[in-house]
Amino acid sequence: MSAAARPSGRPSEIMPGLGRRIGSLRGERRWALWTAYISLIIAAVVMLAPPLYMLLTSIKTSAEIADLSGNPWLVRVPTWENYAAIIGNPMFRGFFYNSIILTVSVVVITMVISVLAAFALARMKFFGSQVLATGVFLTYLVPDTLLFIPLYQIVGGLGLLNSIWGLVLVYPTLTVPFCTWIMIGYFASIPKELDEAALIDGANWMQMLTKIFIPVALPGIIAATIFAFTVSWAAFVYPTAFITRPDEMPLTIGVVSQLIRGDTFAWGQLMAGALLAALPPVVVYAFLMDYYIAGLTAGATKG
Amino acid sequence: MASDSNAAVLAARPAAARPGNSAMKRFARRRSTIAFLMTLPLITVIGGLVVWPAGYAMYLATLNRRQTAFIGLENFDILLESETFRTVIWQSCFFAITAVLLKALVGFWLAHMLHHIPAKGQRMWRGMLLVPWVIPPALSPLGWWWMFDPSYSSINYLINAIGFPSVPWLGEPWWARVSVIIVNVWYGAPFFMIMYLAALKSVPDQLYEAAAIDGATGWQGLRHITLPMMQNIISITVLFSLIVTFANYDIVRVLTNGGPRDLTQVFASYAFQVGVLSGNIPRGAAVSLFMFPLLAVIAFFVLRGVNKRTKEMA
Repeated sequence: MSAAARPSGRPSEIMPGLGRRIGSLRGERRWALWTAYISLIIAAVVMLAPPLYMLLTSIKTSAEIADLSGNPWLVRVPTWENYAAIIGNPMFRGFFYNSIILTVSVVVITMVISVLAAFALARMKFFGSQVLATGVFLTYLVPDTLLFIPLYQIVGGLGLLNSIWGLVLVYPTLTVPFCTWIMIGYFASIPKELDEAALIDGANWMQMLTKIFIPVALPGIIAATIFAFTVSWAAFVYPTAFITRPDEMPLTIGVVSQLIRGDTFAWGQLMAGALLAALPPVVVYAFLMDYYIAGLTAGATKG
Repeated sequence: MASDSNAAVLAARPAAARPGNSAMKRFARRRSTIAFLMTLPLITVIGGLVVWPAGYAMYLATLNRRQTAFIGLENFDILLESETFRTVIWQSCFFAITAVLLKALVGFWLAHMLHHIPAKGQRMWRGMLLVPWVIPPALSPLGWWWMFDPSYSSINYLINAIGFPSVPWLGEPWWARVSVIIVNVWYGAPFFMIMYLAALKSVPDQLYEAAAIDGATGWQGLRHITLPMMQNIISITVLFSLIVTFANYDIVRVLTNGGPRDLTQVFASYAFQVGVLSGNIPRGAAVSLFMFPLLAVIAFFVLRGVNKRTKEMA
């Protein structure tokens, strides 16, 4: 994570003795800065327009949404009625509740499995450990859309279709490989002197893991937890395939399938529901952005 | 590897203190037992929920609709002969390749622009530009869907305002394909930006200074310093994104649901329609297995890239 701010060594600052070229360099530099800011402003407008428009739609009245005469990007009479309606909808609260149960269970299961395995793979060389580490990475590359049909049969065979526990069973395929992979990277970067010291002091492996590795690799654990949380919160293929009963649906499929009905959509409520459903990952991101980004980049720069 | 020298240290110690020898042996034996127990849950997940279903999918694909008889490769035959499925193959490849190239280009450009502005502003811009990646990709297409709505389209409003005619975003096949790609690029480009920004920051400044002294232009710096230094990370992200985009389901499902007339179906959405919605599980399994050879090839190259990178960093 070399993303820390670093003094920028630009040629014109470093070598003031370049003589006549300096003027043109400075001009070039200013031009580059302008291009950069203009590109970034355009990009920010494009990137933020859809969520912004969702927000605008969600605070409009139904009459205003249906009115074709005005500018759709402006809100004339802001209202909270859509949010009140969606929060007052027991089905929507049920989706939220299911999502929370599901995500918390999956995150806990994932972190236990991947921290234990990553510790063993990073520190204890044993028969087949190299093959297993490669296998973890390969499983990470297998997409859920390749597995959902056989898993549908398997989960169905276990009688867990239409139950969030069936999802708790299969979600680890989405989270465990990547979390293990980045935890191997974090654990491998801990200096060996630390575990040697612990061994000399008579610590066993479990104490070494809980007293040294977990505290030292805490940033990695936070990053992996955030990853597991966002992935299980946003998972879509498995719940769409396995859940058809509204009372067992998590948010993603619930909002997409149950709030869209018939030909006249309640757009304001739909957007309010989608935004509320997207809120938890966005809040996590807003407060833990550095860990979030560390987790993203660790997958490719650590391994 | 760290564990090698660790083991060496452990092995060296009992030589000095003899009585510990058999205890050390027992310790080593215990260590592999503990390691096995620690990895057992992982092995269970990989074996039971990835390897076994993948094998099971291959078996399923050779059965008939009611899963009562073995019919060999007939499912694959039927699929390849169907006009719809050939469109699915074509659309999946077109969608994945176009979207990944655009994501990589946009991401590379934005990373560069971000790298050029003063460091203290970078955090704020980066924070704003990553928002599309943070919103669950099943929910943000709802907003796009509403923005593409034939009669209430807010994008068409802006297009009309600058004097162009309305665009039939999701109604006309080619525009529907473009729309799906736009949304996918919108969602995925920030990820590329973050990856490339991290890579850009790891290129030593001295290289650029040396090049500047030698009179290199910005373009030459990009071509002869930045691109070679970032080659590995670029190939890993592109290959990885190719897998994810090729297997994409949520954006297509929410935005077009495969329509108009199955022309925007990709492998995943078509497998879902055939396997789960129409109830022909074996044929659905066959559809999704068509992704397998391509994914295997890409996975091979990703693994090679990652190994190379590990060696470089070691």
